[in-house]
Amino acid sequence: MAIPLLVNGTEHRVDASSDEAVLTVLRDRLGLTGTKYGCGEGQCGACTVLLDGKPVRSCRLPLGTAIQKKITTIEGLAQGDRLHPVQEAFLRAEAFQCGYCTSGMIMSAVALLDKNPRPSSQEIVQHMNGNICRCGTYPRIVAAIRDAASGKR
Amino acid sequence: METANGVFDSEEQQHAAIQRLSYAFELQRRDFLKVIGGGVLVCLAVKNAVTQESGHIHHGASDEDLLQSIAAWLHVSEDGTVTVFTGKVEVGQNIRTSLGQQVAEELRVPLSSVQLTMADTELTPFDMGTFGSRTTPIMGRQLRTVAVAARNLLIDMAAQQLHTDRNTLLATYGKITDPKSNRTISYGEITKGQQLTRVIGDDPAETPTSNWHIAGASTPKVDAHAFVTGQHKYTPDVVRPGMLYGKVLRPPAFHAKLVYLNGSDAKKISGVKVVRDGEFVGVVAHDEYTATKAAQALRAKWDWPPQLRDSQLFDHLRSKSEQGSGEHNLHVTGDVQKAFAAANKTLTKTYTVAYIAHSPLEPRAAVAEWSSDKLTVWTGTQRPFGVQEELAEAFRIPKPKVRVIVPDTGAAYGGKHMGDATVEAARLAKAAGVPVKLIWTREEEFTWAYFRPAGVIDIKAGATSEGKISAWEFHNYNSGPAGIGTPYEIPNQHIQFHPADSPLRQGSYRGLAATANQFVRESAMDELAHELALDPLEFRLKNLTDTRLRAVFEAAATKFGWGREKSSPMRGFGVAGGVEKGGYVGTCAEVEITTRRDVRILRVVEAFECGAIVNPNGLRNQIEGSIVQAIGGALFEAVHFDNGRILNPHFARYRVPRFSDTPQIEVEMLDRKDLPSAGAGETPIVGLAPAIGNAIFAATGIRLRSLPMIPQGLPQSENVP
Repeated sequence: MAIPLLVNGTEHRVDASSDEAVLTVLRDRLGLTGTKYGCGEGQCGACTVLLDGKPVRSCRLPLGTAIQKKITTIEGLAQGDRLHPVQEAFLRAEAFQCGYCTSGMIMSAVALLDKNPRPSSQEIVQHMNGNICRCGTYPRIVAAIRDAASGKR
Repeated sequence: METANGVFDSEEQQHAAIQRLSYAFELQRRDFLKVIGGGVLVCLAVKNAVTQESGHIHHGASDEDLLQSIAAWLHVSEDGTVTVFTGKVEVGQNIRTSLGQQVAEELRVPLSSVQLTMADTELTPFDMGTFGSRTTPIMGRQLRTVAVAARNLLIDMAAQQLHTDRNTLLATYGKITDPKSNRTISYGEITKGQQLTRVIGDDPAETPTSNWHIAGASTPKVDAHAFVTGQHKYTPDVVRPGMLYGKVLRPPAFHAKLVYLNGSDAKKISGVKVVRDGEFVGVVAHDEYTATKAAQALRAKWDWPPQLRDSQLFDHLRSKSEQGSGEHNLHVTGDVQKAFAAANKTLTKTYTVAYIAHSPLEPRAAVAEWSSDKLTVWTGTQRPFGVQEELAEAFRIPKPKVRVIVPDTGAAYGGKHMGDATVEAARLAKAAGVPVKLIWTREEEFTWAYFRPAGVIDIKAGATSEGKISAWEFHNYNSGPAGIGTPYEIPNQHIQFHPADSPLRQGSYRGLAATANQFVRESAMDELAHELALDPLEFRLKNLTDTRLRAVFEAAATKFGWGREKSSPMRGFGVAGGVEKGGYVGTCAEVEITTRRDVRILRVVEAFECGAIVNPNGLRNQIEGSIVQAIGGALFEAVHFDNGRILNPHFARYRVPRFSDTPQIEVEMLDRKDLPSAGAGETPIVGLAPAIGNAIFAATGIRLRSLPMIPQGLPQSENVP
């Protein structure tokens, strides 16, 4: 029984169990590997995607609950060759080392700025606190988000 | 044997022994060298890569030796593209960029025309591994040397083609120009139709660092675009035709024996295959979801011996340690007993360090594929050739039948030396007859990987009433010998590392034991300063002649404003510093004691010096990241265990630093263009813990002698181990 799933504006039909996590559906069935597995427990944020614009942990999101909702992944942010302002800001700040957390960081940051275009540093920290970067680039990520926010004004 | 910066031989060698690191060196002149295509190939030969890795460079090797011992090679193609081949791996330390910069610098080409092929046992020269901060000082230098040789060769060829004297020619921006005739010829044109291979020895005629243009300048990560768009393929993202997904059945405790297995429920699940080989049990399925369900459906019984709990750890390490260990673990100068008897002040304390987990965000993973008798494996490891050896042994096949490919990896921090996941994936793939992907879960990662060693450290120090340290006795049980020496001028020293029986599997970690040893030394220095009623910075400088270490202490103190404000019960200031792996670090920290008796780090200023800086922004990123990562081990990270089980194998129960833990960080980098570049991925991590501990003491009078220092908030008194 195929389940319909709307990802980055494209409708897919997925032959999977409705309790399978959206994370593995995206990665293994749709080939969208930009979204990462970090813990499978909703604790690290590496798997963050947008569900109707809200940041969710795709590792804890059953496929069945994503039906008829819009999923946006890191692959869906750029408009053709034009990167999203948050992606641009991450590049300018070099807000990564190994880059494994970067997709989740960018998705969380996009969700924040969509809701709150001018967050304070404290609001950024509060919003981003569920995303782990083991390389410790937090100060650069905060700077990148501030930079992206200032560009939006 | 004593080394320049530490007291003992490198700790990597110790871990190397534990982890069966192979020193065998069987590089053949591969067919690859013949078929790479048109252009110029320059190979750098050193007597053998093992001695090269330990920093001793020999000359006068025979041709046969040279062919057996190529450390790096570089190809200039007919379109002018430069491809560098190195066995090093990229794990976020940014060497794909910094090595490329150095090649571009010496070859006089734009960085954009340099590509690095890294860490592929079939394409790149043997390399012992990416650890010990050796990439910059050793591989960087090797690649510069090979690039200089390639440039010289291209100039020779251009001179021939232009019928002119080579000494009049200039190499710039991928071209060679004859200024007299104003004729220009590109590298591509020079190499067109050629198929030249040249093997060179070690040739030190490099560009002085003070003349660097591409190296020495901040350069963005070369493939950064792929990381912000999700396009970079890490090991877990690799897909092979017909690939299945694997899961391994894990025992409920370490050292458990499988006594019963029933796989019938698992086998009933469509497409599932159960694989058993001795103690190894796993499943494969068409997708991860099904593989997980199948693994959960396996019914197994295990027996395991009673094992320690963490509260017994430190007594165990001390009692199960080598007391009279060999000379290689002992450093003695003068006579400490006499010096203690004569000292005006003495201090005798014990410190402890917990096991901690690397927890890189990309867990251990592998994709394994057999084609006839040949095995190809993709994995994130710091030792591709070590993993090749591990696989060859596990499957009893010759090493050339095993190819290990390491995609740029989601970090390692010293944690990815072993190939466990590759052996498991290859076993499953062999049974399945198709490629298999295996990604460890976070719980597996926290349990079945290895840990940074725990340790007990006894320190006894003596000083004169004038504030000169006269005696220093230091015993480290189990945590390791890295950074165990002291940079201070102390006439009488007894410093000893005691290997011990570790109840948990342990191994390398960023900075190795330097974090533990420097935490203890710099905390004890603070204790002595307090006893002597001296300012902690003044006391250090009074006992320090090493000008490079003095320079980072002074730079950090100046930027921090050391001494401008006095510590108070709610706010403390601390300082610490040290030398390790050729890097010099000075750290000042400011902490706040909150009304809920928690500690908040407000500000950290770190000065760092590692010789000539290759990529300033890349270095700054490493220093900032080290400070943030160090917060975890300093304040709250600890692996808890009981009877063979890890009790906190989840991020919800193993606290790592998050955004809210991050202080204001200010970095001061001292660029010593007159000194060779040292590695910098590790040493910036060692200054934080003692600077924080000293700041907490300055505020509260409570001396915290255990890492982590405040797993449950600030204790009411000293946390005596």
